[in-house]
Amino acid sequence: MDNKAKRHIIKLVSRFPSKESALLPALALLQKKYGYIAEDDLVELSEIMNLPEARVFSTASFYSMLSLKKTGRYHIQVCMNVVCSLLNGASLLSYISEKLGIREGEVTPDGLFSLASVECLGSCGYAPAIQINMEHYENISIEKVDGLIEAIKKKER
Amino acid sequence: MEKILSRNINVPDSQSLDVYIKRGGYDALKKALSLPSEKVISIVAESGLRGRGGAGFPAGMKWKLLPADRTAARYLICNADEGEPGTFKDRQIIELDPHLLIEGMTIAAYAIGACRGFIYIRGEYDWIARVLVRALREAEDKGFSGVDILNSGHQFCIDVFRGAGSYICGEETALIESLEGKAGRPRLKPPFPAAFGLYGQPTVVQNVATLASIPFIINMGPDVFKSFGKPRSYGTMLFGICGHVNKSGVYEYPMGTSLKKLIYEVAGGIKDNKKLKAVIPGGLSAPILKADEIDIEMDFDSLIAAGSILGTGGIIVLDEDVSIPFVAQKAARFFAHESCGQCTPCREGTSMLKLLIDRIAAAEGSLADIEQVLRLCRYIKGSTLCAMGDAAAFSVGTMVKKFREEFEALVK
Ligand SMILES: Cc1cc2nc3c(=O)[nH]c(=O)nc-3n(C[C@H](O)[C@H](O)[C@H](O)COP(=O)(O)O)c2cc1C
Ligand code: FES
Repeated sequence: MDNKAKRHIIKLVSRFPSKESALLPALALLQKKYGYIAEDDLVELSEIMNLPEARVFSTASFYSMLSLKKTGRYHIQVCMNVVCSLLNGASLLSYISEKLGIREGEVTPDGLFSLASVECLGSCGYAPAIQINMEHYENISIEKVDGLIEAIKKKER
Repeated sequence: MEKILSRNINVPDSQSLDVYIKRGGYDALKKALSLPSEKVISIVAESGLRGRGGAGFPAGMKWKLLPADRTAARYLICNADEGEPGTFKDRQIIELDPHLLIEGMTIAAYAIGACRGFIYIRGEYDWIARVLVRALREAEDKGFSGVDILNSGHQFCIDVFRGAGSYICGEETALIESLEGKAGRPRLKPPFPAAFGLYGQPTVVQNVATLASIPFIINMGPDVFKSFGKPRSYGTMLFGICGHVNKSGVYEYPMGTSLKKLIYEVAGGIKDNKKLKAVIPGGLSAPILKADEIDIEMDFDSLIAAGSILGTGGIIVLDEDVSIPFVAQKAARFFAHESCGQCTPCREGTSMLKLLIDRIAAAEGSLADIEQVLRLCRYIKGSTLCAMGDAAAFSVGTMVKKFREEFEALVK
């Protein structure tokens, strides 16, 4: 991690009545900044926070929004819970998979996209829903997904 | 109908403090601060307000369980994890009326004597968390929150804490563990959070909609609150109606409103004029109801009498074309994925349920597999550390029991 992240984490630690409470926000910060949490960063984090490495790893590996594996710069998650999958979520997942040429859990060769299914995003009234990094998209359709992916490609070209 | 939880949402700029104040916002806080804290507790107790997060525990009673000694630090946590599939009500409050939550929470904190509070919001609700942070800053600037609230000498500082994608962190003791930087594994109870909560201190955890009901109760008095709903289920509920209905969305109605009315009138009936097959009435954990079982009132007792639960009030409507084994497969996958893995009946039970249902749904199962699902559900019930095992067993088990012919058709 860079110095800025380190400073940020040190500041986080002082915000809570107990330093341990800063662990999840610190991990989220690394996830957001790097798109995943590298093993070296876990070690460094345990040093900065003076917590056992095992403790940091245990937390980091528990939560589905934290990834210990490198994901694409745009991580696309498609809700596959009951309501979304009944309202076309399932075909969305296969559509995106085909369009990007990757399956769930894979990253495109250029590192731009990765794909995963996800449990209920809290958008059941506005289904189907997907999430790309921290952005939420509701009432999504194949046309809308196309638009989103094309826009990202254009921006990153 | 007068609204309690959604009275501001259609007003332009409803998130802003100015608009909130113009509409009578923070009057309840002023009133509460002028009363002894015990009085505030008794008003809330008298209102009969019950938890809106799924379990329906009376809020006032929970507050009275706190130790009498007020000298040690105590915490108030708002549960905004909203992970129960089919549920999307709390987000409406936070997104469109954040000050209602902040006011309700600040009143509750005054009542129980908490100086520090957290709003634990699911990580996926990033944009909603940002609305909340902005509102909190505004409230602090104007003295409605923070160190010396409205010059009363009372302090209550709220932090927004983001979850990171875990359903079990909605369970209150798992949530506390998560706030302490750990994996979200529910604690063995007792001790309950009232005695041993965050950092081992007395703690109250309350759902968003529970807290957001409090300003109304303080402003109007418990009797007006009790004029909504029915005995043992007072007030209103934010019903989130989704699935195969014409107008899915969040609708506020009194407790005890007919489920049939909610589906056919409020949500505009079944999509594409199809027939109804089944309804999951209170989030995915709630046992499924068949189409001929929906002539019921949506309140705590009526749903228990019907063999289900009010849960979160998230209503999932399924039309005649839905395959119940498919729904069971999604449910089993969900619970297996979200089990924290700490206790054996839930960890092994949910993954075996998933395996069996997957096999049945793929038409590779047998009648014995169906029996095994039902047996497993009986074994899981009551033997897990938290209520999630029960939820999995009741949810999946009831689908198999009530729609057995659909499962059997797949194995024959
Ligand atoms: C598996 C599981 C998940 C839960 N998820 C939530 C949730 O997302 N939001 C919530 O308010 N309560 C949830 N609860 C209920 C909480 O444990 C707790 O009862 C509630 O937050 C108390 O607040 P209330 O009395 O105001 O409802 C969950 C319970 C279980 C067992
Ligand atoms: S089922 Fe997809 S958002 Fe709830």
